[in-house]
Amino acid sequence: MTESGWVSRRQRSEVATDLHQAEEAQPSGGQPREPVKELLLGDEAVALAAIHSGIAGAYAYPGTPSTEIFEYIEERAKEHNIQAYWTANEKVAYEQAVGMSYAGQRVIVSMKHVGLNVALDAFMSSALVGVHGALVVVVADDPGMASSQNEQDTRVLVRFALLPCFEPSNQQEAYDMTREAFEYSEAVKLPVVVRMVTHLAHSRAVVTPAPPRPQNPHLDKTRDRETFTLLPMNARKDYVRLTRQQADLLKRSEESPWNRVDTGNGGRIGVITCGTTWNYVAEAFCGAIPYPCLRIGMYPVPAEKVRQFIEGLDQVFVVEEGYPVVEELLRSVGQTSKTIHGRLDGTFPRTGELSPTNVGKGFGLPPPITMLPTLNPLPGRPPGFCVGCPHGDSFLTIKEAISDMPDATLFSDIGCYTLGYYPPYEAVDACLEMGASIGMAVGAAHAGMKPAIAIIGDSTFSHSGLPSLLSAVKEGVNVKVFILDNGSVAMTGNQTTIAEGDKLVRMVEGLGVDPARVHVLNPNMKKMDENVRLIREELAKPGVSVIISRRLCVQHKRRNLGE
Amino acid sequence: MTMKCDIIIVGVGGQGILTIAYLLDSAAISKGLHVKQAEVHGMAQRGGAVYTHLRISDSPIISDVIPEGGADMILGMEPLEIQRYLNYLNPGGMVITSNQYYRNISNYPDEKAVLEALFKIGRVAVVDSKALSMRGGSSQGQNMAMVGMATPWLPFEVKDYSPFVRQMFGRKGDAIVDANVSVIGLGEKVGGFYKKLVDEKVSPRDAYLLMSKLDPVGLNVELAPRFIAALKGSGAADRLVNLAPDSPCNAATLELIDGHRA
Repeated sequence: MTESGWVSRRQRSEVATDLHQAEEAQPSGGQPREPVKELLLGDEAVALAAIHSGIAGAYAYPGTPSTEIFEYIEERAKEHNIQAYWTANEKVAYEQAVGMSYAGQRVIVSMKHVGLNVALDAFMSSALVGVHGALVVVVADDPGMASSQNEQDTRVLVRFALLPCFEPSNQQEAYDMTREAFEYSEAVKLPVVVRMVTHLAHSRAVVTPAPPRPQNPHLDKTRDRETFTLLPMNARKDYVRLTRQQADLLKRSEESPWNRVDTGNGGRIGVITCGTTWNYVAEAFCGAIPYPCLRIGMYPVPAEKVRQFIEGLDQVFVVEEGYPVVEELLRSVGQTSKTIHGRLDGTFPRTGELSPTNVGKGFGLPPPITMLPTLNPLPGRPPGFCVGCPHGDSFLTIKEAISDMPDATLFSDIGCYTLGYYPPYEAVDACLEMGASIGMAVGAAHAGMKPAIAIIGDSTFSHSGLPSLLSAVKEGVNVKVFILDNGSVAMTGNQTTIAEGDKLVRMVEGLGVDPARVHVLNPNMKKMDENVRLIREELAKPGVSVIISRRLCVQHKRRNLGE
Repeated sequence: MTMKCDIIIVGVGGQGILTIAYLLDSAAISKGLHVKQAEVHGMAQRGGAVYTHLRISDSPIISDVIPEGGADMILGMEPLEIQRYLNYLNPGGMVITSNQYYRNISNYPDEKAVLEALFKIGRVAVVDSKALSMRGGSSQGQNMAMVGMATPWLPFEVKDYSPFVRQMFGRKGDAIVDANVSVIGLGEKVGGFYKKLVDEKVSPRDAYLLMSKLDPVGLNVELAPRFIAALKGSGAADRLVNLAPDSPCNAATLELIDGHRA
């Protein structure tokens, strides 16, 4: 390598000592470990840890970057006697997980960051009832929004729920922390969160597992009716218990080896990293961070450890992916004597994903020598529909049907079909979050917009479109709902959908939509004229119409049906 | 001396760059090297620009993400996509890419401009991965061809990949496995010859022209120095253009470039 002119910009040998210390500092089962001779995604490391922790159940709804956690478990579910199900949405997944915990079994529930919003009601209340069998909640945040509609930080919701949380910095920690999270959950009788971020969830490295543990004995259900029944009189007691427990959680966090100080050269500058951001700082400094560094890997934030760490410092760099959670804590009243550098003062970008490059810049390191594109202008290449994708044909058909209606508004939803925003379709006027299309169209119709059109996929409809359509029917509002039934949860990799085909038709009718106003069409270009005619007829009528545009996803055919 | 090789593999969703990464990192692990690999999943995979950061080293690796200006190689399945990641290339870094334009956007630039822009990078090898795959015996092995192409710049040999090619394609039968290994082998042969041209600083355009004219199957790396010398002669570039496709890698072709028979 070297003789052919490779520039060894990073002298890895300098790094080695530091890293070995870090790698060997993992809590271990005391027995020798054999590395898995395959690269595991961070998500897969979490999944393997869950299996090794003796889970009896795994529940999830697909969502980037969390999907692979469940998929890894699902593939091995039979072999390990695990009940593994994609559920209708994250709330359902969470509730099933609570039920399994109630019955005394260990369980994992996984979702993306915005999925936790859907499950939030269950999540918040589960902190009050606590757990019986261990309940580990893995939430994968998507800083930079590679595949998401917002950049929310799960640590904020964890704090909101008064629960403990682990934040791994690498795949090995993802494994080790998840193992610990199960033990922790049963020890403190609370759900425990593991926070992942995209570049850990979707990065691979070799992981060394610890010896697996068997499942809990069957049907050791809790007899604690009082704790588990959140009537106000019980909930008040539960809440008192949860708040009193905070001191213990904090103490565990203060004492945890996951919250550790690497001593640098001393001095008046220090660094606080959370989870993966340590990698970026270390990489930016070629492996040897010249400042003392407090690495946070477990929450609640170990306030006393932080206080001691910053005591002798003049300047503190706080590097965190997502929201400035720790930074805001430091900036709070009473800490004004220190100069705090972070996302809030522009040292690091306020939004988006961190990287060795933008972190290095924040520390004032010289920018790397980089090459500019040799082609200008450089067109972007946004994702788009696959060749033969039914969504493209659906959009062309709908666009044609409303071509003489300049006021027609298309409220879209979350899925591959959101890509109908891009040329040549430019069909999507709005997209908020899972299931919002119908509700938004209803509200807009109430305000007098006509025609108000909702476009939602089969899986998103099952996820959270059902209550909206039920309300629309009850309100008798003038909305036109297109359900694009491609028989698959396509965007996240063709997981099985909850309801499709005729079942979907029966569901829609069951919600009270007049069967005469429910139509199924095949979005085939050859049938363009008849489809357009049908859509126009429905648009001309008042009230709720549902048009199901049904054709199988091409990727689903290829992957799942071997065509 | 520490060995590290930071590679950014780029392409369009669906072109099989994760398969390339899988072969490279499997080979690295089997040799006891450290590996980290950051991928793109989800929305971008639908025909959008995708990349993988692959880091290989004989020492522990810190970040999953390669810093800007840090990549030793950008390996591309699509020539326009290279442009998006040049800020990651280090000053001595190498670009290896397929010349197969993937036109799924309406404002795709002029193809000649895309190619010429690649030549401006300097240390670049551009190859017809489609032809290589076909000649190697597979209609679907363009990513395998690129694995082979990159190999002379990597601490691997073709045999390092074979068990993993079998792991991937074994269920499709021996013929498919063999075809894919053969495509990698042919790619490696072309890469080895191409590397000589790059190392001797033959102009990227001439190197590309020569490699697109020579029959890959009959390449003889021992003749590379003579081809390099011939290319440096006056008027050689013009004569190169007129060379017949699939010209044999032999003395006769050398003479054509030299102009002895012009």
